[in-house]
Amino acid sequence: MSEEFKIEIVNPEKSFLIKDDVSEVVVPAFEGEMGILKDHISIISFLKPGIIKILSKSGDQNYYVEDGIVEFKNNNLSILTSTIFNVVDLDKSKQQDLLKLAEEEAGKPEINDQSKYLIDQKIEVLKSIN
Amino acid sequence: MASLDDLKKRIASVKSTQKITKAMKMVAAAKLRRAQESAEKGRPYSEKMNNIILNLSSGISDKENAPKLLSGSGNDKVHLCVVMTSDRGLCGGFNSNIIKKAKSYFAKLVEDGKDLKIITVGSKGNDQLKRAYGDKIIANISFKESKNANYFDAEKVGKMVIKKFEAEEFDVCTIFYNQFKNVITQIPQAQQIIPLNVENSEDDKSEDSYEFEPDEDEILSNLLPKNISTQIFKAMLENSASEQGSRMSAMDNATRNAGEMVDKLTIEYNRSRQAAITKELIEIISGAESL
Repeated sequence: MSEEFKIEIVNPEKSFLIKDDVSEVVVPAFEGEMGILKDHISIISFLKPGIIKILSKSGDQNYYVEDGIVEFKNNNLSILTSTIFNVVDLDKSKQQDLLKLAEEEAGKPEINDQSKYLIDQKIEVLKSIN
Repeated sequence: MASLDDLKKRIASVKSTQKITKAMKMVAAAKLRRAQESAEKGRPYSEKMNNIILNLSSGISDKENAPKLLSGSGNDKVHLCVVMTSDRGLCGGFNSNIIKKAKSYFAKLVEDGKDLKIITVGSKGNDQLKRAYGDKIIANISFKESKNANYFDAEKVGKMVIKKFEAEEFDVCTIFYNQFKNVITQIPQAQQIIPLNVENSEDDKSEDSYEFEPDEDEILSNLLPKNISTQIFKAMLENSASEQGSRMSAMDNATRNAGEMVDKLTIEYNRSRQAAITKELIEIISGAESL
């Protein structure tokens, strides 16, 4: 019996990634990292900034996301996100840009607690990438 | 009758206009392909988003305490209309179709005694609405700098709408855009985004229960603002495909008309040249005869 399921990542511009041989996906869900295996219960959750780890036969991949929604149903994992980068493509300068932007955002005085939390997460993740 | 020289100039000018319209048609055709592609690629996102929201809102137990973006503010007094048009002209009836649709909607609202607020996206719409509804326009956004419709622009509009909603500046929000059907047909659409119209989908296939993390309300209140931006982005994509399609067919017509005009003018030119030759001959012959 195969232990694989299908993943689809879409962003507003296009279908970002479709794979049907993944064995495990770790997503940065809002209340903590969540590993999804085959036959997981149907779930909807949303993401905080972090790294999506996709483990499959054809190799592991890491993606950096800033936000999004995950839906798992009938062994189909859909991730909707507006900002996603393959960690391999995320070079130093790009990462520094994002980091700077996030730090600027965090410095704003009118920021509320929840977005402050998200921004801090983002900064932490960005720093951890390199 | 116009002189030979005038006709010649006329023909030259029509020909150069034809060259321009032809070039514009080609450019529009190339852009159309890209715009259409991105409109198609963007569809899965908004569809999935819609699905999830449908699943969520059908599962929500307490309708009373549902987020305001879903259930509305309880009033129906102030209507915000987001009219999305292009920044460039020369695209046939594209802009006027949206404006026409919007204006008839506005007229109905005013008749019903509702308050009206307008946000125009794209400068052409602003130009056309300024005269009649100038005092109702609260903002004009234009994305002249961005080449293609992109999500960040849509998010900007979406955030603005949400901010105004949270400040209770309006109760109902409707967006106007052209839906792209094919190159010659674009359908002006009015879509209500706040409160969200949860249409009862007949295929109630997914009655299976989801697990939510955190709870439904929180997910929903996080998702709904995103959905607003997504819907606006979808409208922008449809609009840009429609704009290029509309421009392409308009320029195609213009090129054809210019061709017809050149033909007509050429015939006239040849006729009057012949007439001038004949006239000269008659003068010579009658001059010779009289000697």
